[in-house]
Formats: sequence, structure tokens, C-alpha cells
Amino acid sequence: MSVLVFIDQTEGKIKKSSYEAASYGAQTASLLGTHAEGIILGKTEENLSALGNYGLKKVHTIEDNQLNKFDAQVYAKLIHEVLVSSGADTIVFSNNISAKAIAPRLSVKLKAGLVSGAVALPVLSNGFIVKKSVFSGKAFANISINTSKKIISVNPNSFNISTIEGTAEIIPFSTSIPTSIIETTTVNKITGEVPLGEADIVVSGGRGLKGPENWGLVTELASLLNAATACSRPVADIHWRPHHEHVGQTGLAIAPNLYIAIGISGAIQHLAGVNRSKTIVVINKDPEAPFFKAADYGIVGDAFEVVPKIIDSIKKMKSSS
Amino acid sequence: MKILVCISKTPDTTAKIAFADNNTKFSADGVQWIINPYDEWYSLVRAIELKEADSSINIHLINIGGSDNEPIIRKALALGGDEAIRVDTDKNDSFYIASQIAHIAKEGNYDLILTGKETIDYNGSSVGAMVAELLDTPFISHATKFNIESGNAIVVREIEGGEETNKVAFPLVVSCQKGMAEQRIPNMKGIMGARTKPLKVVEPAAAEEFTAVATFDLPPAKAGVKLVSPETPEELVRLLHEEAKVI
Ligand SMILES: Cc1cc2nc3c(=O)[nH]c(=O)nc-3n(C[C@H](O)[C@H](O)[C@H](O)COP(=O)(O)OP(=O)(O)OC[C@H]3O[C@@H](n4cnc5c(N)ncnc54)[C@H](O)[C@@H]3O)c2cc1C
Repeated sequence: MSVLVFIDQTEGKIKKSSYEAASYGAQTASLLGTHAEGIILGKTEENLSALGNYGLKKVHTIEDNQLNKFDAQVYAKLIHEVLVSSGADTIVFSNNISAKAIAPRLSVKLKAGLVSGAVALPVLSNGFIVKKSVFSGKAFANISINTSKKIISVNPNSFNISTIEGTAEIIPFSTSIPTSIIETTTVNKITGEVPLGEADIVVSGGRGLKGPENWGLVTELASLLNAATACSRPVADIHWRPHHEHVGQTGLAIAPNLYIAIGISGAIQHLAGVNRSKTIVVINKDPEAPFFKAADYGIVGDAFEVVPKIIDSIKKMKSSS
Repeated sequence: MKILVCISKTPDTTAKIAFADNNTKFSADGVQWIINPYDEWYSLVRAIELKEADSSINIHLINIGGSDNEPIIRKALALGGDEAIRVDTDKNDSFYIASQIAHIAKEGNYDLILTGKETIDYNGSSVGAMVAELLDTPFISHATKFNIESGNAIVVREIEGGEETNKVAFPLVVSCQKGMAEQRIPNMKGIMGARTKPLKVVEPAAAEEFTAVATFDLPPAKAGVKLVSPETPEELVRLLHEEAKVI
């Protein structure tokens, strides 16, 4: 009995959300009176023993170049093998695109109940109950997992990373890697941008910005704050911005520490994807815009006048600190 | 080629989210039900487009749910599709649902199973991958484009930090999102035709349930917005830095 955490990497780098998953796994293990281990697939350049600082006692590795191409069917099979040999009975993922393809497959293989989109540690006083986000962030459901093996996929930015001093033991796992039956013909990685789902700060623009030529305001503010950029649905629909930036009920649901909405009305479908943000700032010229009801801070004003002043003021703050 | 399109029923996006029976059930009072937008706008419409290009394609729709789901099944048939199957059960555990779809898929020998990338109520994103595992086929998730070329599927999908193009043989399961197709409105001919299209009701196959909803909660209400004058945006920067401590 132990907890196994899937450590996700892209281009050899461990993702921030995987450290959240490691912390979640370690704390779940201590609730269960056991310890947590990690599994990482593919080659990485990271010092894996440092995962001990996030509470993992061991890290199982399968270093094979073939695994740098993602195939959920292959990944699920390998994680299953490691799980069986390590004796783990609870698996933790960070709920990203890869996890959404692997975790359900493992759920079937292991007959393990899956909660995807968890936002809090399991509660063990009455069974095994995990709180997850539902209705695109408009509510939570407390889900009881009724199987002996369990899988939890934690929403990014929902659980704080906690660190301790520790060194994880690295355990290379040798097995034959099944060949993928999916042929990947092209890959386009978006480089140099903060991934939206993991970003601490998100600056987002709506139709109020009038046209793609005005997006300099959003991108400049975002780069000053090391933030990711997002947009409302109509903005992506009319191709002012790429569709992966679309947040809301039918786009990505995000939960950054700070969400700055510029020229977005705050329709219910938009709010559904952003209302789990810890602090919401709204800049809109209409005092009646529904977004102000969901905001923590707001400015009723013209974005074209207000945002450049905010940018200047942040620059001043940065140069004086 | 036979395509099975999975259709799920969800509350309308503007529905008020409230709970009944000591917060153990979703309160359906006054709620308008719709086809889950990802199922309708992307997977169903893409399947219809494929059939428009190749009339030998057969499209079957599947819904797991009670008889009160029939209006949304008829609406889906009005958009397109040749016939529908409803598996009569109120259960909603993902594994249970996936088992029903996999059971029908095996019996019907489908080449392609399409789902939405998630439902907008439970946001589970798990049924498609479970069906693929039950059928031991590949699953391509978060697809933004889908084409058939010389008997293979050519699929563009979102991956962590980008997108890739995959070439894969049938049978397979694909979950669809924005980019796949454009939303359509059913026309009069479609609506009339849908009335007479076959809608078969079948009993569920035996399957386990792995999870159950214990209770629901609503998030705590916001304290209210603090407004800053547009004349002094530097005050907002100060508040974000000193009070909210987020920058
Ligand atoms: C089924 C369904 C699903 C949907 N899913 C989503 C979703 O996932 N995400 C999403 O975003 N939407 C979604 N929508 C659309 C949603 O209902 C709204 O139409 C959309 O969010 C509005 O986008 P907007 O705020 O950018 O534009 P608008 O509603 O046009 O608002 C523009 C805002 O900018 C303000 N403004 C104008 N000029 C200025 C200025 N100079 N300075 C400051 N402010 C200014 C205006 O006061 C206004 O409030 C969905 C709709 C449906 C029906």
C-alpha cells in the first residue's frame, strides 16, 4: 500500500503542476498512514532525487526516448506495470490533457474509481471522499470512491506546493516498451509562453478591445507580470486570438492567483471558466457589466486609457523595488 | 464506415446551479436541458460533415439516460444521424456509462466513436478514454481536426503545450473540441425527419459503479468589488501588491 504520483514532463522539464500533484500525493499518503512514490516516463534533464523535497520517497523511471512521444495507451500500460510491482493502490495525477487520456484507462485496468478535477485532499472520516469542481467551476461535488484502488486527478493551481527536506531514491524500471500504433506526423509546440492552465497570473481580453491590433495592451501587461494571456469566446471565434486562449464554460477552465479581465462583459459562460481564480480584477467602461459582481477589484473606465497607466505604474513599482 | 456519436444531456449554460435533498441532488427546477455543447457542436456536426462527403457512412447516436432524455436525442437526430440508441438507466458513474457505450460499440462493430472533450456538468473528461480502454483501441483526445485519408484517420489534437497531427488506423475513439466543426441549427426538414428516425431503447448491460456523488457544495459568495477610480490606476497596482499580494 502506497501512493503513486505521475510526474509529467515536457521537453525534459517537470511541470509546476506535477510538483502540486507530488505535494498532494505526499499529504494523501500521510492521511492514509503510508508514503508516496513517483513515476516519470521518458528522458529528463531534471535532478529527480530532488522530488524528495516534495515528499516523494522513491521515483520510478523508465528512460526511453520512445516515451518522449506521448501515447496514453502505452503510458497507461507502463504505469500499470510499475504500480503492480510497487504495490501502490492510490494514484495521483495533475489533471492536464495527458492525465485526461491516461487516468481513465488506468481506472478500467485497475477497477479503480477515478475523480478528475479534485480541488482538495480526500476526507477519510466516512469512506474516501474527494471534492471536485463541477458545472465548470460553478459548484463542487464530493465524490465517494467505492473501490479498493483509487485514482485522483488534481486540478492545476488548486493545491499549494509544500516542501520539506528530502531525497528521493531513483529506481530505474526495466520493461519492454510497446510500440505505439499512433503515428505522429507533425508536432507544433508553443514555446516561450507561460502555459495558460498553470499560470499564476492571467491577463485576458474581450470584445471591448475592438480588434486584434489592440492586443499589445494585453500582451505587454502580461509580459510585465510574467502572466499568460487569455480571451473570451467571441474573440477566439472571430480569430482575433488563437482558440487555445479561449476560457470559459466551453473553453479552458482556469484558477490562477490573479485574473485580470479587460473589456470582457462577464457573461455567465465566461465566469464559469474563471470564477475559481483567487483574485479577479475587472476593467470595463460599463459600470453595469456583470463581471463587477464576480470581481475583487475593479476600474470603471476606458481600457485604452486605464491599461497604459497600469503598465506604467507596474514598471515604476518594479524599478523602485 | 459506421460512426457512433455519444450524446450527453446537460443543463443549459445559463442554468442556475442549485441542489436539493440536503445537497445530494442537482435541482432540475426550471432548468432547460441541452445537448452537451462539445457533443453537439463538434462531434455530431463533424460526423454529419463526413457523411455529407461520403454517403456510405452510417451515423448512430447513443445516449445513456432515462426517457426524459428523448427530446435532446430527437434534437440531435434533427441535426443529422441515421438512428439513435438510448440505454435506459439513470446511473451516472463514468465507468458505468463507459461500459454501456463499449457494450453497444462491440455489438455494432463501429469504426469510429466520437465524444465531446468533456461534459459541461461533471467535467469528468473520462468516458471516451474508458471506452477506448474497454475496447482496447487508441484514443485521441482534444481533437481539433479530423479527416479520413486512404482508410486512416488523420487527427489534429491539442497536447500539453501545443498540437500534433496523428495518423491512426480504425477502429478508434476520438474526443472533440473547438476547431472540429461549426455549430449548426436544425432546419425544418431535419426536425420533421427526426420524428420518424429509429430510436431504439435498450436495457443496460451489467456493470459496476466505481464512484457516487455524496454531496454538492456551492462556492462561498464573493465579498464584493472594491472600485478604484480610473484617474488613479496606480492605486489598483498598490492594492494588488500590498493588500491582495498577488503581484
Ligand atoms: C452555450 C454557450 C457557451 C458559451 N461559452 C463561452 C465561453 O466558454 N467563454 C466565453 O467567454 N463566452 C462564452 N459564451 C459567450 C458568452 O455568452 C458571451 O457572449 C461572451 O463571453 C462575451 O464576450 P465579451 O465579454 O468579450 O464580449 P461582449 O459581451 O461584447 O463584452 C464586451 C465588453 O467590453 C466592454 N468595453 C467595450 N469597450 C470598452 C473599452 N474601451 N474599455 C473597457 N471596456 C470596454 C463593454 O462594456 C462590454 O462589457 C458562450 C455562450 C453560449 C450560448
